Amino acid sequence: MSKAELVILDYWVSPFCLRVKIALNEKGLQYEARPEDLFGGKSELLLKSNPIYQKVPVFLHDGKPLCESTIIVSYIDETWSSPPLLPSCPYGRAQARFWADYIDKKVFDASGNIWRSKGEVPVEAKKEFIKILKQLEEALGDKDYFNGATFGFVDIIAIPLTCWFLAVEKIGGFTVAEECPKISSWTKRCLQRESVAKVVPDPEKVYEFVLMFRKMQGID
Amino acid sequence: MERGVVLLDFWPSMFGMRTRIALAEKEIKYEYREEDLRNKSDLLLQMNPVHKKIPVLIHNGKPVCESLNQVQYIDEVWNDRAPLLPANTYKRANARFWADFVDKKIYDLGSKIWRTKGEEQEAAKKEFIDCLKLLEGELGDNHYFGGKDFGYVDVALVPFYCWFYAYEQCGNFSIEAECPKLIAWAKRCMQKESVAKSLADQEKIYEFVLHLKKVFGIE
Repeated sequence: MSKAELVILDYWVSPFCLRVKIALNEKGLQYEARPEDLFGGKSELLLKSNPIYQKVPVFLHDGKPLCESTIIVSYIDETWSSPPLLPSCPYGRAQARFWADYIDKKVFDASGNIWRSKGEVPVEAKKEFIKILKQLEEALGDKDYFNGATFGFVDIIAIPLTCWFLAVEKIGGFTVAEECPKISSWTKRCLQRESVAKVVPDPEKVYEFVLMFRKMQGID
Repeated sequence: MERGVVLLDFWPSMFGMRTRIALAEKEIKYEYREEDLRNKSDLLLQMNPVHKKIPVLIHNGKPVCESLNQVQYIDEVWNDRAPLLPANTYKRANARFWADFVDKKIYDLGSKIWRTKGEEQEAAKKEFIDCLKLLEGELGDNHYFGGKDFGYVDVALVPFYCWFYAYEQCGNFSIEAECPKLIAWAKRCMQKESVAKSLADQEKIYEFVLHLKKVFGIE
């Protein structure tokens, strides 16, 4: 398949875009990642392809747009079946979707409540973030991956968010490794995968981005 | 009864209604258990320890939580009848997108309409209608969001129809006047037995909302 048939409208630091890229990498697919200038001006293609939310990522398959990262990852898994990202049994799939939904609803917003906070970070915000990670630790249990023995859907949904954790730690004044060691070791394990390592940005660079964003918003 | 299908639910919940509709579409016999949300059962807390919310679908003793998750699960397990999600992967992604849109927007905006007044309520009404108009656009000239057949997005959205009367009364506006196509779609859905028997009566929902307003001290 030629690269032009699979396009992702992208932003380097977006964990949602990273999910899509990791999924495509896992499937061994070639694609073109087109960077969007989210601050300077979104492209016509983005605005036309995602009129409802006008956000990245947008995945274009032969020109047909798909929006919302978790839905895109499901689509990629269903369209290119090997290797499977979701378990084959309906109950396992329901469990995976539950945790993907939990991660979607909770993690990014909770981390935002820390890295976007002006002045002293509210104790409640830190507690909430750690509580969410501990909930995920419980779901992970003693498994290597959320999926079980193999890397899969929930891991793909979760891992991109971890490159924002350094920013959260520095601004929040705590470390994930200390509070949630299992999440920390799962993160390291996932980052050893080429599909992940070749697209997830250096957390130091994400931290620089967060500082720049805070300055822009007048938080710093 | 199918081997142990139990639904923990609360009668006015539009989320519970989605699962009821899906079970009815597939003609699955199940045990319906009404929860008192001020006094949640041990079973609910055990089966949904993360969110502690209804609906919870329990199949052979194992819980499935989150209504859209339940609808997909029901569709996958009982895949020999009344398919809810399209077979085509692109159409399936599109159906998930619109069900997700309903989840992101309709409940919160509807809640704001009955919980607030003045400018906040006006803003909520406007955004609510804008969202319904987007959904009308997606429906187009189709019978259902699923096309010819009733499907996933129909299941996701139609339960809100029994709450429209309460929103209209509290917000002093007519949804049908703004979105006639959507109301026509809803009435078409209500002709299906699975929908008619799963949705609550709109007058009872309005009474329930008035009761909630009293409890929360909202005029």
